[in-house]
Amino acid sequence: MSNLQAVIRYGALHSDTAVLASPADAPNPWLSWSYLQDNAGSILNHFLEHVTLTLESIVIATVIAIPLGLLASRVRWLAAPIVGITGVMYTIPSLALFAALVPFTGLNDTPVVVGLVMYALLILVRNTVAGLNGVPEEVRDAARGMGYGAGKMFWQVDLPIALPSIMTGIRVATVSTVALVTVGAAVGSGGLGQLILQGFNQNFYRAQIVTASLLCVVLALFADVLLATVTKMLSPWARRRAT
Amino acid sequence: MNPITDAVVWLNDPDNWQGPQGILSLTGQHLWISFLAVLIACAIAWSLGLWLGHTGRGGNAVVVISNASRAIPTLALLTILSSIGAWFFGTPATVISLAVFAIPPLLSNTYVGIRGVDPDVVDAARGMGLSASQTLWRVEVPLAIPLIAAGFRTAAVQVVATTTLAALVGGGGLGNIINLGLGQQKSGVILAGGFLVAVLALATEGILALAQRMLTPGRVRRKTTKPITADPAGAAA
Repeated sequence: MSNLQAVIRYGALHSDTAVLASPADAPNPWLSWSYLQDNAGSILNHFLEHVTLTLESIVIATVIAIPLGLLASRVRWLAAPIVGITGVMYTIPSLALFAALVPFTGLNDTPVVVGLVMYALLILVRNTVAGLNGVPEEVRDAARGMGYGAGKMFWQVDLPIALPSIMTGIRVATVSTVALVTVGAAVGSGGLGQLILQGFNQNFYRAQIVTASLLCVVLALFADVLLATVTKMLSPWARRRAT
Repeated sequence: MNPITDAVVWLNDPDNWQGPQGILSLTGQHLWISFLAVLIACAIAWSLGLWLGHTGRGGNAVVVISNASRAIPTLALLTILSSIGAWFFGTPATVISLAVFAIPPLLSNTYVGIRGVDPDVVDAARGMGLSASQTLWRVEVPLAIPLIAAGFRTAAVQVVATTTLAALVGGGGLGNIINLGLGQQKSGVILAGGFLVAVLALATEGILALAQRMLTPGRVRRKTTKPITADPAGAAA
């Protein structure tokens, strides 16, 4: 969506909220087959945008969080500030964060991705730290005795043992991110959130609101199941303990 | 001018603090909506959590509710409830959807807190002749207070933060300033609104963290970094 369109929509939002059309005037079903047929292309595009925003945010957040978590678990005095700062960022409301970034980035995907990365960081850093701190010292001692260097130790001992905890973090962060992406609609991004907000502003177009909402939930649940399966495949040794 | 200077100028203009759409009145609205939502959520979640925790039933349901609620976008519930009808539009829809999202942390922490009470202590209480309700109120609840307080803090901070979204569906609160700024394309106003909302959320978090500390005996406080799990029973605190 272009900036201009987004701005026009905000104008509409402000005038609309005061004047309420009565939903009783015309049929306004919650689910409508004809809505799906007529808007399949637009729905698919917003869905794909939603998936892209989620993927971008989670990938960037993971790339930042793992080294940060490693740092926090290795350098003791850094743990409190790193976890503390990510916690403060998590407390800031999403709309405020997206909005505060808009003056610097413009109305597009950037503030949303930056904001979502900041939210995902808390979950990912915490779980990385917890996972790495959970590596038994005897195991590391044994590896050291076998002549493992720092690099080999990280990739072949620490990371695999911390993996279930890190993957759980990615899973929780992904589910929350799919839901949070929708708020991005307020700043001209937001994937399915745009359909929700547009539907709302166009005299409560219920079919559009509900369809987009259901797709969000389905996407989140699908991602959850997918990541749970990947976690099990990546850490077969944890399966027995988990049950 | 750059957005930061604009925001400082906007915040320093006394006109922006007064009147029905002024900062003070919007903050009042924001806190009132949040208060109502937390009140409703506590009434439902605490009674349900105490009952389920005391009887030991419904543990799986608590986990499922907590996990499923994460997948539902707040904006979706807000817009759906606001679209039911004109009589529901605005504050009622906002309060109910915020309450719905506040229930899972309150419920799972209350449940886990009550279940986590040492069964020997409960046995001793029963052996001393305490009735079921006396055991609940004099033994289980006091011991579960740290976790219940933690859940309250999580829920309340989340509600204050999420109330911002009410502005998108005509529900009022400080989010209105952000919305106004977006509508008028004034970076300074957007930034000032974002700043005010962030300050309110962080202040709520700070005050409740302090209150929680006072309610939690020293030996129960933990300083370790706990992982967030997909199973909320483990991530209750």
